[in-house]
Amino acid sequence: MATRLIRAVVGLALTSAVLSIIIFRLSSPLAAVFELSVCSGLISVIFLTTISFTERVSQERLASRKAERFGRFWLLPFIIVICGAILSVIKFRIDFSLPRAIIDTDVRNIIWHLRHADLLGQVLILLAGAFAVVILFKEPKKDER
Amino acid sequence: MIPLLVLIPFFSLLILSLPFKNLMNRAGLWWVALLSLAQVALAVFHPVWFWESKINIWMLFFSFNSLVDSLTLVMLLSIGIVVFISLFVARYSLADERQRGNFVSMLLVALIGMNATVIVTDIFSLYVFIEITAVSSFVMIALQKDRFALEGAFKYFIMSAVATVMMLSAIALILFLSGSTSFSAVAAALANSSGSGLTRTAIALFVCGLLIKSGIVPFHGWLPDAYSSAPAPVSVALAGIITKVSGVYVLMRLVISVFGLMPELQNLLMFVGALSIVVGALAALTQNNFKRMLSYSSISQIGYIILALGCQTPLALFGAAFHIFNHAIFKSLLFVNAAAVEKQTGALNIDKMGGLSAKMPVTGATSAIAALSTAGIPPLSGFWSKLIIILALWNSGKFAYAAIALLASILTLAYFLTLQRKVFFGKIAHGLENIKEVGAGLIVPQVILAVLIIGVGLIFPLVFVWH
Repeated sequence: MATRLIRAVVGLALTSAVLSIIIFRLSSPLAAVFELSVCSGLISVIFLTTISFTERVSQERLASRKAERFGRFWLLPFIIVICGAILSVIKFRIDFSLPRAIIDTDVRNIIWHLRHADLLGQVLILLAGAFAVVILFKEPKKDER
Repeated sequence: MIPLLVLIPFFSLLILSLPFKNLMNRAGLWWVALLSLAQVALAVFHPVWFWESKINIWMLFFSFNSLVDSLTLVMLLSIGIVVFISLFVARYSLADERQRGNFVSMLLVALIGMNATVIVTDIFSLYVFIEITAVSSFVMIALQKDRFALEGAFKYFIMSAVATVMMLSAIALILFLSGSTSFSAVAAALANSSGSGLTRTAIALFVCGLLIKSGIVPFHGWLPDAYSSAPAPVSVALAGIITKVSGVYVLMRLVISVFGLMPELQNLLMFVGALSIVVGALAALTQNNFKRMLSYSSISQIGYIILALGCQTPLALFGAAFHIFNHAIFKSLLFVNAAAVEKQTGALNIDKMGGLSAKMPVTGATSAIAALSTAGIPPLSGFWSKLIIILALWNSGKFAYAAIALLASILTLAYFLTLQRKVFFGKIAHGLENIKEVGAGLIVPQVILAVLIIGVGLIFPLVFVWH
């Protein structure tokens, strides 16, 4: 279960990175940097710490969860089809083309000059997270016990 | 040279992480103690070459806008003193060298987080460094990995996560309103749109998040478990300064510099402050665990600070800042006393103790000094800050709140007299006949803090001038 949770955390970090790119393309480089800062760094550390509190799952329980993993989403295709039908009936149009980004502040300038302190904060939070995992979850050596 | 307050501890942390564990474990504690003493000296003597230097060589690779005023100096002084004291306690109470080294590393992370929190002028950076302090706190509370410590750390973690979400949401709304996160830009934007629902929502979310971080009633559920289950030096650091920096100071700074004087905010702060004073004191009366009693006492004393902040007159804000400093000193001393008692008796249940002052005279005497200062008995330091807060409330027409603050001091005296009577006075309890006073490792910090309490109390009326 811990492995799946770690994959979920990595997925969260990747999603937030993509979200940062989208926000950047919507001409908000400052918000994009904040999004990157918060989710990729801070939240991931907090999630990893939480994951470390989870208990081991037995093989039987793991096997039964694998079997029912997709079962709970059986309604999803029907919901998508119904939503698509409704949207086509009401002639809902979404313009997916993004506006041309008018960036007057380079994201490099924001990260390396404007948000200097946050960069240090990011390094510190990752260090603190690494310390947390080592301090709380490293098993002492046999001769130390 | 102000960024050095963050950079030097940061590079120290990197060096202490090198794989020469034995050397780093031994040298690290003394190095961090030296850093904290240097910080105290800088705050007290205020050398111009440090605080107003225009040398910018490190701005080549690190720079941020910093704010240093009287409140910042009070906080930096309090941080330096409490970190120094908790290192002393760690040296004596954490026998395992590896565990002590881990504590020093996390305390260094907390020191960086706290120093940066009190000097930044940007709300997002403020949030980042609050989180750094919080992460280090979780780890320190759970350091010894016993069941109660993990439970306390987990409760703090969950409540802190809720506060984080609230603060982040508020920052998002503030960024939407102002387009910036610097204090000045946000203050101007909020002043222009003070009546809008979005502004009020942002401020409400942020204030709620900070009240959770401060452990104010009704968000105080995590505090007694976290404080009482943490190892002794961690309790000293948490109760002495960490909660005050990441909750109370940030609330003060934002109210003074960013949100401004809003009647609704004023009323809210005064109400929760008064509530915390009374609920904390009443809850402390019912405790039989030494550290839990001190934890509820902390909730009550922080209520005084929030009450003064809500009053928002210059005298009240001065009283709040002074009480932050005083509380850092006397609460740290009380937790050091608790550490000494726990070390010698092996327990914290005050119903099973008695007559310890005969065997532990220094601990007993310093505990009495800290207790009397907390209760606001003259001429100790706590008397002056409480008096200033009550006078400020009375002068601004808040008679009911002034009366609550005054009467709650009687409750404070009541629970501390109970503590003193049960632990230090009377007949020595069975099984404790052979205990002795703690060693110099815990005597020295107790004496230092007691001297500070008495010294500040005696000198304050000679130096304080109010126009």
